[in-house]
Amino acid sequence: MPDQIITKIIVPAGLALILTACSGPERGAFVNDPFEESNRRTHEFNKALDEAVFRPLSRGGNAVPKEVTGAVVDFAENTALPGMVVNGLLQGDLESAGINTIRFLVNTTVGIGGLLDVADRMKLYERETDFGMTLAKWGVGEGAYVELPVYGPSTQRDSLGLIVDAVFDPLQLFVPDAIEPYVGPSRIAGEVITRGRFSNSVDAVLYESADSYAITRQMYLQNRRFEVGQTGGLLVEAARAEQDEDYEDPYADPYADPYADPYADPYIDPYADLTGEN
Amino acid sequence: MSFDYRRREILALAMGALASGAPGAVAAQSAAQARALVDRVVADINAVIASGKSEAGMIADFEGIFDRYADVPIIARYALGVDARRATPEQMRRFTAAFRANIARRYGRRFREFIGGRVEVQGERSIPRGIQVETLAILQGQSPFRVDFHVSDASGKVLFFNVIIEGIDMLLSERTEIGAMLDARRGDLDELIAAMEAM
Repeated sequence: MPDQIITKIIVPAGLALILTACSGPERGAFVNDPFEESNRRTHEFNKALDEAVFRPLSRGGNAVPKEVTGAVVDFAENTALPGMVVNGLLQGDLESAGINTIRFLVNTTVGIGGLLDVADRMKLYERETDFGMTLAKWGVGEGAYVELPVYGPSTQRDSLGLIVDAVFDPLQLFVPDAIEPYVGPSRIAGEVITRGRFSNSVDAVLYESADSYAITRQMYLQNRRFEVGQTGGLLVEAARAEQDEDYEDPYADPYADPYADPYADPYIDPYADLTGEN
Repeated sequence: MSFDYRRREILALAMGALASGAPGAVAAQSAAQARALVDRVVADINAVIASGKSEAGMIADFEGIFDRYADVPIIARYALGVDARRATPEQMRRFTAAFRANIARRYGRRFREFIGGRVEVQGERSIPRGIQVETLAILQGQSPFRVDFHVSDASGKVLFFNVIIEGIDMLLSERTEIGAMLDARRGDLDELIAAMEAM
């Protein structure tokens, strides 16, 4: 068994080196999207697929009792834990790897094969990670933004991470043969169920936004950069401020000149509407 | 794993509904005031979540929270970005009013997704512009996630002007959205305002 694990570590590391060569600049330019044209075509395809398949399915999922859908989601999430443990170790994050290990052990046994999330009730929350984050911790740049067919938003680095996580999923080492056939379907069902639970938010982005592609891209990149640099809020703020200097400070809007301070604007009282006073 | 961070993103955008800020009595901002503000926002939000009202009722309550606690004019101005420069005062007034209704409705509708959840204030710290108050959102069956409120008294009141949910920044999202709406109307601000008023 250790041999297998070593293979799972060495091979991805080699792939990481390859990826380093293909990653583009990410500092300075807030969004690196040289494939925007084809990405947008993929986005339209993904939206059509959602409209035709995932959204209707997710509505069906909402009609299923929560006890059932909850168990499916918990089961699917439990199957992801061994991969997260390995990635935690690869990142040198022993605490997260330890918590995810305990989660997996508790939920698989007491939680009846993962159908119940007992660990959550013990406040042992999942430490979410993946190989894309491992690559980031190793210093691999995110590369260009890509929207993948069916899957959705990603980057070059994270796409490679996806492949590595799928191919080298250590779950295969632990999962009993009787359970294995349910792993893939439960993960897909879990996606559908989650999409249904947050349907208003997902619909707002995909179908009510003026540019759902741009919003999706922006949310993905921000969320991902936050997760990768998730050691302290201020570090992340500083990094982002460097990328776009007026990003965080609406009160210093450089475009608003001569109304640089909107509160000193001689023409309007921005609070007249808010308070009904004046 | 792959699915999980998409789930994370979905959660984060759902939490966009918590975008708002609180009315402090006076200026002179301190960390304690900022925290008190967010404590009130969170208490109000938790009360709405726990009320068990209809979706319409929750949306209305949420609109109230947003109006009381968020610095809507500055958020609206930032969302408009470079175009705020060429807007007339009258255009800015109408845009801000339309933006307020629009944003409250858009985020308020997502409230249903928090039923059974709660928000806990964790702590606060200084940022270049104001105070960042960090909270943890705990939804049923989900790992807790970070929601940061940026609070400032630059308006003369202690209000919050930005919410960052797992790294996703409300101001930037709004600027992208409003920018796209404006582009779709070839930059015609009056058309944009009319469209927003009609929504």
